[in-house]
Amino acid sequence: MYNLLKIENGIAISREAIPQVSYEQFFTTLSEFVNNDGFIVQFFAYKDGINHKLIAVVRNTDLYLISTQVGTSFQSLTGNSSEKFHMFEREIAEQFGLKPDGHPWLKMVRYHENYSGVKDVFGNDYNKPIPGNYPYFSVEGDAIHEVAVGPVHAGIIEPGHFRFQCAGEEVLHLEIQLGYQHRGIEMMLPKLPHKRFTSICEAIAGDTTIGHTLCMCQAVEALAGLSVAPGPRIVRTIALELERICNHIGDLGALSGDVAFNPPAAYFGRLRGEFLNLLQVLSGNRFGKGLVRPGGITYVMGKEQCTLIRDKLAETTPELEHVCALLFDAHTVQARFEHTGTVDHQMATDLGLVGFAGRACNIPYDARVTFPTEYYEGLPANRNLITNGDVNSRAMVRREEIMHSLELINLLLDMHESQRYTATPLHTQDHNLSPDSFVVTINEGWRGEVSHCILTDGDGHVQRYKIKDPSFHNWTGLAMSLRNQEISDFPLCNKSFNLSYCGFDL
Amino acid sequence: MESFITFAIAALTAPLFPGIILKVKAFLAGKKGPPLFIKYFTVLKLLRKGSVYSTSTSFIFKLGPVVSFATALICLLFFPFADRAPIFSFHGDIIVIFYIMGIGRFFTVIAALDTGSPFEGMGAAREVFFSTLAEVTIFTTLILFYRLTGSLSFSEYFIGDNQICLLNASGALLLFVIVALFMVLLTENSRVPVDDPATHLELTMIHEVMILDHSGPDLALIELASFYKLFFYSAFITQIIYPFTHTSSAINGLIFYGILFGIYVSIGITESIMARCKMNLIPQFILTSFALVFFAAILTMGVLQ
Repeated sequence: MYNLLKIENGIAISREAIPQVSYEQFFTTLSEFVNNDGFIVQFFAYKDGINHKLIAVVRNTDLYLISTQVGTSFQSLTGNSSEKFHMFEREIAEQFGLKPDGHPWLKMVRYHENYSGVKDVFGNDYNKPIPGNYPYFSVEGDAIHEVAVGPVHAGIIEPGHFRFQCAGEEVLHLEIQLGYQHRGIEMMLPKLPHKRFTSICEAIAGDTTIGHTLCMCQAVEALAGLSVAPGPRIVRTIALELERICNHIGDLGALSGDVAFNPPAAYFGRLRGEFLNLLQVLSGNRFGKGLVRPGGITYVMGKEQCTLIRDKLAETTPELEHVCALLFDAHTVQARFEHTGTVDHQMATDLGLVGFAGRACNIPYDARVTFPTEYYEGLPANRNLITNGDVNSRAMVRREEIMHSLELINLLLDMHESQRYTATPLHTQDHNLSPDSFVVTINEGWRGEVSHCILTDGDGHVQRYKIKDPSFHNWTGLAMSLRNQEISDFPLCNKSFNLSYCGFDL
Repeated sequence: MESFITFAIAALTAPLFPGIILKVKAFLAGKKGPPLFIKYFTVLKLLRKGSVYSTSTSFIFKLGPVVSFATALICLLFFPFADRAPIFSFHGDIIVIFYIMGIGRFFTVIAALDTGSPFEGMGAAREVFFSTLAEVTIFTTLILFYRLTGSLSFSEYFIGDNQICLLNASGALLLFVIVALFMVLLTENSRVPVDDPATHLELTMIHEVMILDHSGPDLALIELASFYKLFFYSAFITQIIYPFTHTSSAINGLIFYGILFGIYVSIGITESIMARCKMNLIPQFILTSFALVFFAAILTMGVLQ
């Protein structure tokens, strides 16, 4: 613990302050931390001169930072300490060609050549088509059959490959391989003028526009020493909550459709539209694009917008209560939701699930409460009553979060009106970032903990930009939820998590 | 002549009724729904298209749609619509009918297996398993009907001397049969709660997943076959409910199609008020229908002794 530096969410620190330790110390410190109710926020490599360094940002109730320097390989933390490091180590191996020795399942994450131009850890030749050309975890036996789904799916969803090992209808193991949408965002951002950061970050995951843009803006604000007035902070908070409501409503509708229960599916669909329109009232875009900018917001929320939002909330709240009752009280729906796709608490903790998926497994972590940003400080927290880790719990947590978010938005509107906050619209500018600095920002997006890290060099240029979508943690949770389930329940489990493909693929 | 006319009306109106189900579902979901004649448009659209065949398939794949269409149509030839004599009828035809349907299913299944796709194999396995269970209900129903009428001919059941009718002494037993056959109808025609005809999720499908690789006219034949099959089962239940025979065939026809309409509406309502069963509970659902008719069959033994 004494090696770790305690840091604050969204406060820049100088690079000299980052504790540099030997790899042995790094290994033991992190092992000990993570095995004692610690979780990983960020764990990535960057190139520092000719050397490679690893940075880990970890959390329990506070945030901590530690760094080390490594050669071409290092001892795997996944194999020797905790499953939580699994995807992070694979990502490090892929991005910089650093091999985690003893990693139990070292496979590529997103199919790209490493950034340092060294020999590929996986022995791939990137001139040949790679997707599909690697081992999958397999089960042998006469009654075993393998079902491969994707990356091209029926219906309009993103690409991902799912490999099921089944015995009849029962799934013994599911392996999920993504990376088909890799756009190279992390490497693109340092090369771009700051003005373009917003439009790129808004497109990291289309359904988490506000979440990712907020993380980026808070990081830039911290590095450029900008402060945001309370008025815009309230608007950003409202936007993040509206985004949460839209997505939760959309997913409850989709869950209902997946069990062939049509009336709520149609009802939820309409209500989702109402909330997307409220985001449009705030920002001119139904997905909240073009609203959040470093230093503030582009559109001021006036009296008219306040009234529109308040009236619409008053109108839709009873409708939402009604449609939720329609869905959750139907016994045929309960029969489908309960005991389906269960991830038990221990498993969820071992994997480090975040967001509503984690809360459904009784991991109460909510970044809005633990690391409040914007206007969350002092707002009432949510409590989840059903936390069994099954589809029913994940659906119920969403229902509770919708109701909680409605309450929060009403509170925020009241504050905005009573304080008579004014603001000036703001447009993207280039900022001078403080040199040799490091900042990490965390926000509770609708899926869970969204986090961005920026590391600047001596001239104040962005040297390394690291993005983490909550899906990066939770995809493994989906794979585990399918163990010993029926393969026909996969779409239901998948929808109950509804993870991001592009947020993972970056 | 009348037999041919009733058959032609049935064959031509069969695609209308699934449109009614869609309308009912849309109404209960607060939507406008597709036009009533949507299935005619779909079939016409498909017939105008070309077919695409995977290189890994053989002639069996092309045989599937043709056989399933032909068998579904043949079954209608035996059916006494609105108490008119069917085109074909002989002693024991009822057993032939259900095995002709079995041939249709067999060819759909091997056409699905012919593609070599893991999805279609899964769908085929489910289809065969569930229809095997449904067959138990159907044949128990036939045993019951044999005990009631002493006949094994479809037309004898409904237009013979010893008709099956709700108003007869054995009418109460038929209530069990109606419920059980409705459950079999939902199973055999891939409706909720057994299957979901509207889903796009291959892993959950039963019937739909087997026909994923068919396209164009082949798909049109499969669609038509499924309309006829659904029409057959609905008409079967309609005939059991059918209260009396009027002398005017026009009125008979109206009552017949009125009840038939009611059955399609109740399919639409069933699909709107309940979610799909979990896959491992479907056998229980089907065997419930068996328990009902089996109970009815036991009662006939008591009545006759």
